[in-house]
Amino acid sequence: MHTIENLQLNSQGKLQHFLSIEGLDKSLLTEILDTAESFAYISEQQVKKFPLLRGKTIVNLFFENSTRTRATFELAATRLSADVLSMNIATSATSKGESLLDTIRNLEAMQVDMFVVRHSLSGAAHFIAQHAAPHISVINAGDGRHEHPTQAMLDMFTIRRAKQQFSGLRVAIVGDILHSRVARSQIHALSILGAEEVRVIAPKTLLPAEVESLGVSVYHNLAAGLKNIDVIIMLRLQKERMNSALLPSESEYFKCFGLSNDKLTIANKDAIVMHPGPINRGVEISSSVADGPQSVILQQVTNGIAVRMAVMSMVMRRKTGTE
Amino acid sequence: MRIEILGGRIIDPLTALDKQTGLYIHNRKIVAVGTAPDGFIADKRIDAQGQIVCPGFIDLSTRLREPGQTHKANIQSETRAAASAGFTSLSIPPDTNPVIDTPAVVELIKDKAEQCAYAHIYPVAALTQKLAGKELSAMYALKQAGCIAVSNGQAAIENLLVLRRAMEYAATHDLLFIYSPQEQALSNQGCAHEGEMASRYGLPGIPVAAETIALMQCIELIEQTGCRVHFQGLSSARSVDLIAKAKQLELPVSADVAMHQLHLTEQDMLPYDSHYHVLPPLRSEQDKNALIAAVRNNTINSICSDHQPHDIDAKLGAFPETEPGISSLETVLPLMLHLVKQGQLELAQGIAKLSSEPAHILGINTGSVAVGDIADICIFDPEKQWQINAESWQSSGRNTPYWKKSMLGKVTHTIQAGKIIYSH
Repeated sequence: MHTIENLQLNSQGKLQHFLSIEGLDKSLLTEILDTAESFAYISEQQVKKFPLLRGKTIVNLFFENSTRTRATFELAATRLSADVLSMNIATSATSKGESLLDTIRNLEAMQVDMFVVRHSLSGAAHFIAQHAAPHISVINAGDGRHEHPTQAMLDMFTIRRAKQQFSGLRVAIVGDILHSRVARSQIHALSILGAEEVRVIAPKTLLPAEVESLGVSVYHNLAAGLKNIDVIIMLRLQKERMNSALLPSESEYFKCFGLSNDKLTIANKDAIVMHPGPINRGVEISSSVADGPQSVILQQVTNGIAVRMAVMSMVMRRKTGTE
Repeated sequence: MRIEILGGRIIDPLTALDKQTGLYIHNRKIVAVGTAPDGFIADKRIDAQGQIVCPGFIDLSTRLREPGQTHKANIQSETRAAASAGFTSLSIPPDTNPVIDTPAVVELIKDKAEQCAYAHIYPVAALTQKLAGKELSAMYALKQAGCIAVSNGQAAIENLLVLRRAMEYAATHDLLFIYSPQEQALSNQGCAHEGEMASRYGLPGIPVAAETIALMQCIELIEQTGCRVHFQGLSSARSVDLIAKAKQLELPVSADVAMHQLHLTEQDMLPYDSHYHVLPPLRSEQDKNALIAAVRNNTINSICSDHQPHDIDAKLGAFPETEPGISSLETVLPLMLHLVKQGQLELAQGIAKLSSEPAHILGINTGSVAVGDIADICIFDPEKQWQINAESWQSSGRNTPYWKKSMLGKVTHTIQAGKIIYSH
C-alpha cells in the first residue's frame, strides 16, 4: 500500500512536513510528545518564550474558519519567536477564481518558511506540500475529512499525562466518525502508540465504509461500547447533519449517543472524557459531564499549544540544524 | 492507391483468421488476403514482419473537447492521437459545448474531423436537449445528420418518466441508447469508490449501488420500451451480474468497460494523485477481477478508452476539486496486450473487444479485415517497448497515471479507408 510517509520525512527520516499521523512511526510520535512535554514544563515555569524560530515567518492559511485551532497555532508560533501572519481565505481569493496553487505561489513570493493549512477538502495540505518550494514546511491543521494530526497529538499528550502509557488502554471514539478528520488521526495515533483497543461508536449513517479496515471495532450502541473503557473521546456533531437525512434530531442523537452521567458510569471508574471542541452541550455531551471531574477538555486546549510548538520546532529543525 | 502489407500475422476475429500472410488494398477496400490479385502493383509496400495486422480499433467513448473546451484538446490533436494508437473510428459523446443536440453541431464536428482526415468520427446525439434531462432532443433530425446513437453522457436523467419516454422515442427511430449508469443522489458528489481507501483518505465515496440502481431501473425500462441499450463504463462486479441476467432474458443489451478499470483499483491510487480521479471511480480488486472475467466470457461486449484529455489546471488541486478522467487512447493497445501477457485474455479476443465488437454494437460495417471490407487497419509490433513521455505522447492531455511508465506494444501503421493515416 502507498503511504504519505515519504513526503513527510526527509532523507534522514526527520519530519519536514506534518500532514498525517498515518505513515509516521512510534518513535517519531513519542518524540513529539516528549518535546511537547519539555515545552509544557518550561511554560509552566513562567518562561513562555523561546528563540527557536526567531527570524522565521509562519503563515496560517485558513481556507475554513476555525477560532481555536488558529489561536493555538498563533500562540505556539509566537512563543517560538516566529513572525506570524494569519490569513483567513475562507471568504476571499479562492472562493472565486484564484486557484489553491496561485494562492500558494503568491505567498511563497513573500519568503515564508512554513504554512499551517486548514482546508475543507481532503488532501489539500498534501497538495500544497507537494507543490510548495522545497524550503517550506507544511503543517496540516485539518483537511476535509482526512486528518487533523496536531489535534490528535494533543489528545495523545493529554491521554499520556492522565494515563502515563498507551499499552493496555481501551479508547472509545463516539459520534460523527464519517466527517471527522480528528477521528482518523486519533485512530492512527492510538494504534501506532500501542493502545489495546480502539472502538468507534456511532449510528451507521455516521460511519465511513469499511471502517474496520482502519483497525477499530465498531459499536452502534453507546452503553455496550463504553464497557471497560479508559478514555472516551466525544466528537462534535455539526448541525447540518440533521438537514442531510443523516440523523432525525439532536434530542434523539443525545438519547442514543450523548454522554450523560448515567452512561459515563458504564465506563471504567477512572475513565477520562475528552472532546476536541467546541462542545454542543446537550447534543453530544451533557454539561455535567463536560464540566465534571472526569473531563479533561480544557487541559486539551492548554496542551494544544505545547504540542503545536513541538511540531513546529521539529519540522523547522531539519533546516536550522539546531538539535 | 494500392497498398500491400507483407509478412504480418493477420488476425481477424470476425472471420476467425489468424495467419501470417499478405493483405492487399486498392482504393478504399481490401481486395485480397493471401496472394496478390492478378496484376496488382503496389504503390506502397509495408513490411509487417513480426507485426500483427488487425482491424482498426473502434472506440465507443472518446472526448475530443471540441467544440467548447479547446484549451484541453481539439479534434485535430485527439484524432491524430487516436490514429497513432491504431484507432480508425471514434464515437463522440454528446457532452461538448454546445451539446450535440442540433444538426448544426453534428455538421461542425464532422466537417472539422474530415479536414483533419485521421480517424472517422461518429457523433452520438444528446438524448435530451442540452443534456438537461427534461425535454427530448430532435433524435430523428440528429440521426439524419449522421448521429449513430443517443446518450446523455454523464449527465443525470433524474426523472424516470423522461427516461422512459426518451427510450421509447429512441426505439421509435431504432436508435441505440448509450447509457452510463450513475444515480446522482446516491453518488452524492463523491470522488472515489466508497470503500477502504476513500475511508482512509477521507474522500467522499460513491457506492456501488449508485451504478447498480441506475442499471436496474434502465433494465426494467428496456423490458417496457424495447429500446436497445449499450451500458457504458461499468465498474463493479454487481453490475456484471445484472448485465448477465438481462442477457439471459434476451433483452437487447450490450456493455463496455473502460480499459483502466481492468488494470487499476482503489488500492493503486497514490495518495491524492488526481490522475486516479475517474468516474465511475476505481473500485476494489474483486470488482476488477469480475470485470476482466466478464470481458472474457462476453458478458461485457467491448472495451472502450473513455478518453478524457485535460489541461494541466484541471488536475492541479486537492483531489476532490480536480476534474475526473484519464487521457487514455494511447494506452489502450499496451494495456490490452498486458492482459494477454497475463493470460487473462486471448489476443484475438482482445482485438475483437476493440474492433469487431464495437462495430457490431454501433451497427457499422467496419471491424473486420476480410476481402471486400473497408480497409480500416491497425498494424502493431506487440514486442516494441516504449516510454510514455512528452516525445512519444500525442494527445494534448497528459493526464494519465501511466506517465513516464514503460509500455509494451506500439502501433506502426494505421490505415483508414485505404489511406495511411499514421506510420512510425
